[in-house]
Amino acid sequence: MSVLLAVLTGLLVAAGTWLVLKRRLLHLVLGIGLLGHAANLLVFAAGGLSESPAFAPGGTPLPGAADPLPQALVLTAIVIGFGATAFLLALAWRAFRTLGDDDLPGWSGSEPPLENDHSEPRP
Amino acid sequence: MTGLLVIPPLTALVLLALWGRPRLQAAVSLAGMLALLGAAAHLLLEVAPGGILVWAVGGWPAPLGIVLVADRLAAALVVVSTLVGVACVLAARSPHDDPARHPAWHPLVHLLMWGVCGAFCTGDLFNLFVWFEVMLMASFTLIALGGGRERLEGAVKYVAMNLVSSVLFLCGCGILYGVCGTLNMADLARIISAADTPPAVQAAGGCLLAAFLLKSAAFPLFAWLPASYHTAAPATAALFSALLTKVGIYAVLRLTVTIMPLSGTLLQPILLWVALATMAVGVLGAATQMELKRILSFHIVSQVGYMLLSIAIGGATALAAAVFYLIHHILVKSNLFLIVGLAAAHGGAEDVRRLGGLRRFPLLYAGFLISAASLAGIPPFSGFFAKLATVRAAAEAGQWVAVAVALAVGFLTLYSMVKIHREAFAKEAPAAPVPLAGAGWATTAVLVLATGTVLIGLGAGPLWRWSLAVGNELAARTPYIDAVLKATP
Repeated sequence: MSVLLAVLTGLLVAAGTWLVLKRRLLHLVLGIGLLGHAANLLVFAAGGLSESPAFAPGGTPLPGAADPLPQALVLTAIVIGFGATAFLLALAWRAFRTLGDDDLPGWSGSEPPLENDHSEPRP
Repeated sequence: MTGLLVIPPLTALVLLALWGRPRLQAAVSLAGMLALLGAAAHLLLEVAPGGILVWAVGGWPAPLGIVLVADRLAAALVVVSTLVGVACVLAARSPHDDPARHPAWHPLVHLLMWGVCGAFCTGDLFNLFVWFEVMLMASFTLIALGGGRERLEGAVKYVAMNLVSSVLFLCGCGILYGVCGTLNMADLARIISAADTPPAVQAAGGCLLAAFLLKSAAFPLFAWLPASYHTAAPATAALFSALLTKVGIYAVLRLTVTIMPLSGTLLQPILLWVALATMAVGVLGAATQMELKRILSFHIVSQVGYMLLSIAIGGATALAAAVFYLIHHILVKSNLFLIVGLAAAHGGAEDVRRLGGLRRFPLLYAGFLISAASLAGIPPFSGFFAKLATVRAAAEAGQWVAVAVALAVGFLTLYSMVKIHREAFAKEAPAAPVPLAGAGWATTAVLVLATGTVLIGLGAGPLWRWSLAVGNELAARTPYIDAVLKATP
């Protein structure tokens, strides 16, 4: 189970990173979503597979029971991630409509090229 | 501590109910922020003699439940942050601050303050993640408020980088819980000091450090900051410059000082070189810029480097320098953003070459001179003592490269401030600057923050002794651990 989760996390991180580094705005949004899922799986796999829940009497392992805390953490992270992704999608849509372009390297309005003292000031 | 976490959301709710009634909204917002300042000052008075306040929120004792902890560092940062909040809400009343006219601006600012206060006061790592998200969601919306090409571009960059940082933060939390079985900061500190820092803990520490450094705009992940802050409205940019990166630095400090001491690990030299590169790259970036807010944005990056340098050196004196620097920097940087907002509104341009003659506005000019001299580190202003403490700590640790870089960066900071002074204030204007109706509010805010800067400069001796006491407490670690783990709910 751990190996499966580890491989899956790795795949999600790889796919997420690849998408984040692409040029298109939508790929960026999807990539960040995948990275978020990878983080959730990692939290789950790193802490949630032991059979010793936080309140097990005397610290003895309970077969068939998992530590509930990572699940609570993941649940919280999923909710937050959902909100953040929804906001990012809305922002991306608005930016696409305003800029008329979803090609990220073409965006340079907020980072004008370096100027020297002889150039004309921007209006 | 209750007030800190209850007043902002309640104020935000009331402000939402007042949607579309700008005058009433501004008044209620100011009242709410003043109440928050009162609550913060009360908290500081309570912990000032040297106590650590612990509040087990759900009634569960420390390692099991989530605790809120206020030591002197957290309380002082909350006071300075809320003071900046008051100034920004005041400044937002001036008509040049267009996006601050939006009915969502005031509620969002209070939600942002909520996240900031929570982040400073929490004693639990995952809870810190949640407060970060509260703060970020508010800041995401604030930075995009008003729309427009540049602003939306900046917002996408800002949001994307911060979401990546949140992913790293979450990974670090998960690994740390898997190894240590707890996320309470004091309990983690107890376990990690007992063990010999296993590799998995160092890996988790690396994830968390990367996440916090990204949020504090440290080299090499700083480019999002100068690409986005300058697009925000003056009051919004002032608030962001004061609070967001500083919360990141506070998290770095808690992680590398309280939770897992850096000395002896691979992370210490990394943090040191990151700090030096941040200082140098930030100030060199600023030197090439000609637009007011972009110059200042690069200076945030460079000043972040100073604070990280002190944290990387470690030890009581260096941590005291970091504490002093944080308090000084929050006031000065937000004030400079408010000032250049007014300067751009008076002169009708962002580019310093198109500005001029602003010395005709004596109050604005005085505020600029105080803040700029302080940022550049000219005695007797607060920045001089902050830089002196940092350089002294580096020299005591034998880090002569760091001393040289810190002094050179200080000199280049002076160059940038002189550039703004010469171009925007001293030279004759290409077009005469026009007095702005209703600029009085923003000018008042500038003067409030400038007074704070002057007071830090005048009271540098007592404040430094106080910072040393805080630094000693941070470096010793045990007062924090004992206070949290032995607290009874």
